[in-house]
Formats: sequence, structure tokens, C-alpha cells
Amino acid sequence: MIKADAIEQAAGKIMSNAAIDIPEDYLSGIRAMIDTEQGDLSAFVLEAMLENWQAASEDRRPMCADSGLPRYYVKSGNEARVEGGYVELEHRLRRATAQATHDIPLRPNRVHPLSRQDNNNNVGMNAPEIEYSFEPDADWIDITTVHKGGLFGTDYRMLFPGDGIDGIKRFFLDVLFAFGKRGLACQPAIVGVGLGGSKDTCMMLGKQAACLRTVGSRHPDAQVAKLEDELQELGNRTGLGAMGFKGTSTVVSCNIEVGYTHTGGMPMSVHCFCLSSRRATARLHSDGSVAYRTDPQWFTPYLRRNSVDWDGGAGAVAGAAE
Amino acid sequence: MGERADKLKKVKLRTPVSDEDLAALEIGSVVFLDGLIYTARERVYEKILNDGETPPVDFKELSNVNFHCAPAAAQNDDGSYNVGAVTATASFRFAKYLKRWFAETGARVIIGKGGMSQKHYNELFVPVGAVYLTTVGYGTGALLGRGIKNVRAVNWLDELGIAQAMWILELENFGPLLVESDIHGNSLFERNNAEINERVESLYEGLKPPALRRFGETRDKTEELI
Repeated sequence: MIKADAIEQAAGKIMSNAAIDIPEDYLSGIRAMIDTEQGDLSAFVLEAMLENWQAASEDRRPMCADSGLPRYYVKSGNEARVEGGYVELEHRLRRATAQATHDIPLRPNRVHPLSRQDNNNNVGMNAPEIEYSFEPDADWIDITTVHKGGLFGTDYRMLFPGDGIDGIKRFFLDVLFAFGKRGLACQPAIVGVGLGGSKDTCMMLGKQAACLRTVGSRHPDAQVAKLEDELQELGNRTGLGAMGFKGTSTVVSCNIEVGYTHTGGMPMSVHCFCLSSRRATARLHSDGSVAYRTDPQWFTPYLRRNSVDWDGGAGAVAGAAE
Repeated sequence: MGERADKLKKVKLRTPVSDEDLAALEIGSVVFLDGLIYTARERVYEKILNDGETPPVDFKELSNVNFHCAPAAAQNDDGSYNVGAVTATASFRFAKYLKRWFAETGARVIIGKGGMSQKHYNELFVPVGAVYLTTVGYGTGALLGRGIKNVRAVNWLDELGIAQAMWILELENFGPLLVESDIHGNSLFERNNAEINERVESLYEGLKPPALRRFGETRDKTEELI
């Protein structure tokens, strides 16, 4: 049995980890970009970010004052049992959000869309979002929080099969130019692309690809992985660097997730995570132990399964391993 | 600062920033600030300029630096403030207030995110000799938070909330900031945008047009759209 108190405590801890500590994979990605960046202003911005992340860790203060829209992803083992059930889990995640907003502190960003009324705790109607997935043969739960900015850097378009790879590249460029100037996409960022699914699934997959996969991870389907490489290379040839200054640093990693879609369409979404890439995960085991990490490990072979029956992963999509 | 920053000119400024110091600023220089600044964005502008409320301070005495900002902050039980990280908000939305704001408060430095358009520099900033300093990265929240030595006062906190209230902040080595526009209206972003715009077309070369265009992508009313 996983205790409700343990859930609340772990949720508070990952809220703080996400806000303060830059994930190692993203840090390595930015360090590599500085080495190849030709634009002095763009390189200066990236060096300033390195210094900022160090200051955040040393002082235990947030990397960025725009706390974005803090939210959760819960992956529950099929054998996991949660004290009080999932109603209690959601209650504890809401409590942890309110407490973390005061304690870290986070900016209370969440307001009613019309009245602009603010509960001052990042909690409200449909906030924070909690998304779920499941994992066979496991008795743990993973809780991931993501603090992603809310205004710029995301778009959706219904493409058609005839648009092909050209259409995908075209829309990818459209989004980078639309939001990359003056740095409003907070680039360089992990750029997630959702391809296929229904419209809402397409948006969800692209966002999860940006926020729940690490720099350098590649999709197991070789044809998707190839497109990830191509879009990443294309994005870094736009001339846009950090803050929209001339340079080569826009896409730290391009991560694509796909879903089977309507035979007549090819919906596509693009999501730029940000220069702070705030994510953190806790795994709560049934024996009471908790392990913290920065790789959410959200896209498991089970989540990407392509068959009616789950065969334990033997029939998982072949190709480049993640 | 790292080695690439060594290629950029560094400037230390004290508020209120003198006309001489303003005139000497060059776009692309890195600035660190000492002294007092205040935050003001749409709700504060509305209150003072449109609702005619009396400003809680004499801006001409206080500071000529206006920060477009919403801090990640909380009030402690003893009434003091815990300012964690500080980053700017996008400034172009506030252009409509700035002509009167410059005239009535004597502000000559705007700190924010993303800069303003060339038109706004020419029409609003150049006539009064004002400059725009941009925060870096979007943002270096922890570094800027370190540069806040003290919260002197918070005005209209209950009414406007943390993000929109008017914070008066004492700074020490607050930065890095970049000079985005100088007193002549030269703009770092505009220069970079112009260079980047030159290559946009070449990136689309060889990519076939979309199967169906979207509303707004064509003015032809007879074309099928999605």
C-alpha cells in the first residue's frame, strides 16, 4: 500500500526539484550547443543560463519566475494500491501544489480565464491537470511534475496524407519562425511533435514528447527516429539562436510521438518546452521507499503498444532503441 | 560570466540613470544595475494613467527605471517578503501607456522581455531619450533574484495580487541585462530579425505548398480552406 502522506511529501519534493534543478540531460545538451554556437550574443545567453542554473541550485531558488502551469503525470503500476484510492491521490497532489506555491515560492499563475480571479495557489477548476497512464507487472507509482510556460511556442494544424514530409517540415518551420523571434519560444528548447491521433491526442502526444522525453532520446520506430533527426537539424538551420539572436541554437532535441490517425488526415502539433525544462519524477514503491529522478520514463513499450494483446513487449516496434 | 561573454562590453549603472550614462549606452552591451527600481505593468498603468489614482510615491524622486515584471514571491508570516526568482514579462503589450508614463513619471529606462517595435522606439523612446534593457534568456530568474537586496515596499498588493502589484526594489549588481535599444532607437532585436528574415525563404525552398491552406494564409475568398 502506498501511503497518502508519502504521495503528498513526494509531490512537494518534485515541485521543488522541477522549479530549481535543471535536468542533467538538458544541461548536457545546452553545453554541447555552446561549443558549436557561432553567434556571440546567442552563446552569451546560453552561458548566462548556465550561471543561472548554478545560482538556482546554490540558493535553492527557482530558475525562472514564470512558474508556467504546474501539472502532473501519474503512471500507476497495475498492481499498485494507493491509500484512499485515486480520489485521495488527487487531493494530495492539489494540497502539495498549494503548499509548494507558498514554500518555494512559485508564482501563483492560475487564474479564472474571464474574471481573472486568482486563488493564489496554482489550484483551481481543472488545475493542476493530472494525466494517467498504466504499467503492467508493477506495484509502484511514478509521479512526474512539469512546469511548462503557457503562452508561446505551441501550434496545431490538420495536415493531409498528400502533404507528406514536406508538409511536416513546412509547419515545423512556421512554428519556429512564428514564436522564435525575440526569443518568445524561450529557445533553445526540447521541441515535441505530435503526429496523428485524433486532434486532442495529437496535442497531448506532442506536449508529452516535449516534456516527458529526454534530450537525445529517439523513438523506437526507425522512420520516426529519422524524422526526429531531420527536424532537429532543420530547426537549427533557421538562423534563430537563443533569444532570437542570430545563431544555431534553437532545437536541443526534437522528440516525436505518433498515434494511429484518421486515414484521410495527418494532424500535427508542435510544442516548445523552455530554457528551464522543468520536470521531475518520484517513484513510490509499496514498501514505502521513494526514488527521485529527472527522466520521467513515460513512453514505455506498453504505452506505445501496437497490438490488441499485450505480449510483454516482445512484439514492440523494432528500430533504434531509446 | 563565461568566455563568450568576455567579447561583450560590460557596463555598471546606478539609478536614477543619468542622461550622460543613457547617452553612452550601446546596443549589445551587458548591464548590471545598482539602486532603486519599481515594477509597473498594465494594472498599475491603468490605475495611475486612466483611473487617475494618486501614485503612492513620487517617481521623479524615486527612480527612472520601470521594470515589466512579476516576481515569484510570497509574503512571510511576519509581513516580510520572500522573493525567489524574478523574470520579466513581454513588454510590447504596454506600448500604449508609455508616452504618458515617460512624460508623467520621468521614466527613462524600461526593463522587460522581448523589446518593443521599431515604430515604438521611434515614436515613444527617442523623443525623450529613453532606452530599453532586456532581461537575458527568459530568463535568468535566479541571478536576478540574487540581485534584489531588499523589498522597499509593495503597493496595491491586496488589490492587484503579487504579479500586478507595484514592487519597489533595492538592487545590487542586478543582471545580466542587455542594451536592446539606445537613445537613437537602434534595436538589437530589429537588427537580428532583419538578418534572419533574409534566409527565411531559402528554408522553405523545395517544400511543396500545403494541400489545403488555412484561413488567413490567402486572401482569395473562393479558395477551399481548412
